[in-house]
Amino acid sequence: MKYTVLVLIALFTIGTQAQTAEERGLEIAKAAEQADLGFISSTVNLKMTLKNKNGQTSERSLTTRTLELIEDGDKSLIVFNSPKDVKGTSTLTFTHKVGPDDQWLYLPSIKRVKRISSNNKSGPFVGSEFAYEDLSSQEVEKYTYKFLESNGTLITIEQDPVDPKSGYTRRLVTYNKDKGYRIEKVDFYDRKNALLKTLTYSGYKLYKNKFWRASTFNMVNHQSNKETLLNFSDYNFNANLTEDDFSQNALKRAGK
Amino acid sequence: MRHIIRYLALVILSFTGFSQEVENEASVIHDFELELETEYRFFYKDPLFNEQKNHFPALAIRPKYTIEWNEGYESITAEGFFRFDVDNERTHWDIRELYYQKVKGNWELSAGLKKIYWGVTESNHLVDIINQTDAVERFDGEQKLGQPMLQYSLNTNFGTFDVFYLPYHRRRTFAGSKGRLRFPVIIAKDEVDYESGAEEWRQDFALRYSHSFDIIDLGISHFYGNGREPLFTFDSLGNINAFYPVIHQTGLDLQITHNAFLWKLESIYRSSNAQDFFALTGGFEFTISNIKNSGIDVGLISEYLFDDRDELALNALQNDIFFGSRIAFNDIQDTSILIGGISDLESGSNIFSIEASRRIGSSWKAELEARIFSNISNEEFILSNFKNDSFLRFTMVKFF
Repeated sequence: MKYTVLVLIALFTIGTQAQTAEERGLEIAKAAEQADLGFISSTVNLKMTLKNKNGQTSERSLTTRTLELIEDGDKSLIVFNSPKDVKGTSTLTFTHKVGPDDQWLYLPSIKRVKRISSNNKSGPFVGSEFAYEDLSSQEVEKYTYKFLESNGTLITIEQDPVDPKSGYTRRLVTYNKDKGYRIEKVDFYDRKNALLKTLTYSGYKLYKNKFWRASTFNMVNHQSNKETLLNFSDYNFNANLTEDDFSQNALKRAGK
Repeated sequence: MRHIIRYLALVILSFTGFSQEVENEASVIHDFELELETEYRFFYKDPLFNEQKNHFPALAIRPKYTIEWNEGYESITAEGFFRFDVDNERTHWDIRELYYQKVKGNWELSAGLKKIYWGVTESNHLVDIINQTDAVERFDGEQKLGQPMLQYSLNTNFGTFDVFYLPYHRRRTFAGSKGRLRFPVIIAKDEVDYESGAEEWRQDFALRYSHSFDIIDLGISHFYGNGREPLFTFDSLGNINAFYPVIHQTGLDLQITHNAFLWKLESIYRSSNAQDFFALTGGFEFTISNIKNSGIDVGLISEYLFDDRDELALNALQNDIFFGSRIAFNDIQDTSILIGGISDLESGSNIFSIEASRRIGSSWKAELEARIFSNISNEEFILSNFKNDSFLRFTMVKFF
């Protein structure tokens, strides 16, 4: 009996050592997903500051609602509050773990809901340095993984997008293992495998004793020298949102 | 003892409604917005009819107020509209919206004047029928008058069901004597009669079922009541007689979203004592996004339009094809351009159009619109009256 246990331990140890970089990468991505599981729903206000290479700025403000789904990807509803000419313009997105996301756009001036293609992943979101794919729900299934290095509590993983329409060949994502696998930094490499952008997260706060949320995202484009800053405020994890808050009726109401 | 005091305090607080009030005050949200627009329309060809002008400077004001409470699940929305123009008939005002809305779980109730949009195609809006078109306001027919209604909407796992009770019909306004885009005879809005003895107070109803599943967005609707489009007939002396018939209209709208392609179809069957007809608009929109990493999206749109009304189709789109391109620059100023042309496959008449817009600073927006009538056949019942009415329209809007 004792012998069997020893053999099992030995096998397990060998197994761990034999774990490939791909397996270890996937394991960390799953651990990060696991650590953020159970937030159910949240709302947050967002101020977006766009800076061009001469330092001129322009601002947008948005409100985002998110509903966590376990079987499939999350649902989200984004409403623009400013600039005023786009106030009320809203998007509803159903992310899917596999396959393209479903997305609807609401145009408040003519009260029209329009299903739009989610094909445009690499394009800029409202003129910012964030691509649509940078802001969509990060599902484990959307990448393949490779462990690169670990440095103290920081672990860096290479993530290769599964979708050929992605604007990236790879992303280098740095997780903080001791802080619920929160992401500290992401380097984005373009289709020519040149460093395109770096996203750094700061001002992390712990909500409900489990969920780490950064108050600032800073995206720097190394090729154009443009920059976009996202400032999050009023995180609310007690909104108790349901599927009914993510319907097309809810989309029309949000942009009212 | 301490527990008792705390309990008493709670009782007193709830009795006086103090805690309730604090909560309510925190969650009532007011919002006021105002848009001021200056507009200039220029018709560069000499008018076909007497009194018609070439230059139309105009102003518009759009105030909007919303109040929300009960975590946003109850609200009142009010939106007004005022237009001042050279054409007396285009000088008009409207309550675009003024309604109370309550949401509970998967249902929603709205009471008051509201705007409802149905449909998927770009070049024509067949299925959209709840609101009367504000025909003097814009050429594209997308501006609507507020419609009094009671709307109940139920959202289920197998689709959304909407029921509309529409107690009052609103008449369409036509251009006045100085205005362009009109017939030789001025049609006064109040002179258009009704088939129904109840006239504008006929009690009308509409139903809609819509569902989005996988790559499909589907809507099926039925309307029974005073038609929104007047019917034109001629007496033996050649006078125009216009009236609103009582109609049944069944509509279908369908979109299939597949990668960069949006496949679209709208179709209606309308029946009344005077006329039965079928119409459809169908086509696709294909978007090439983020061209060469410039952020620019170019969409190509093509739609075929069919209407089996003969020359009495008010929209003049009996057997036509539309080609268009939508260019979105996705820049900081949200610059976008829509260029298109609609061509009659039988008569060869064309209408070309450009719509462009760009934000200036953070609270201004500039718009440009051009509509060019080209090679308009004299056999076109409606369009032949507009053949000299090609125009350019510039607007500058300030948002407060």
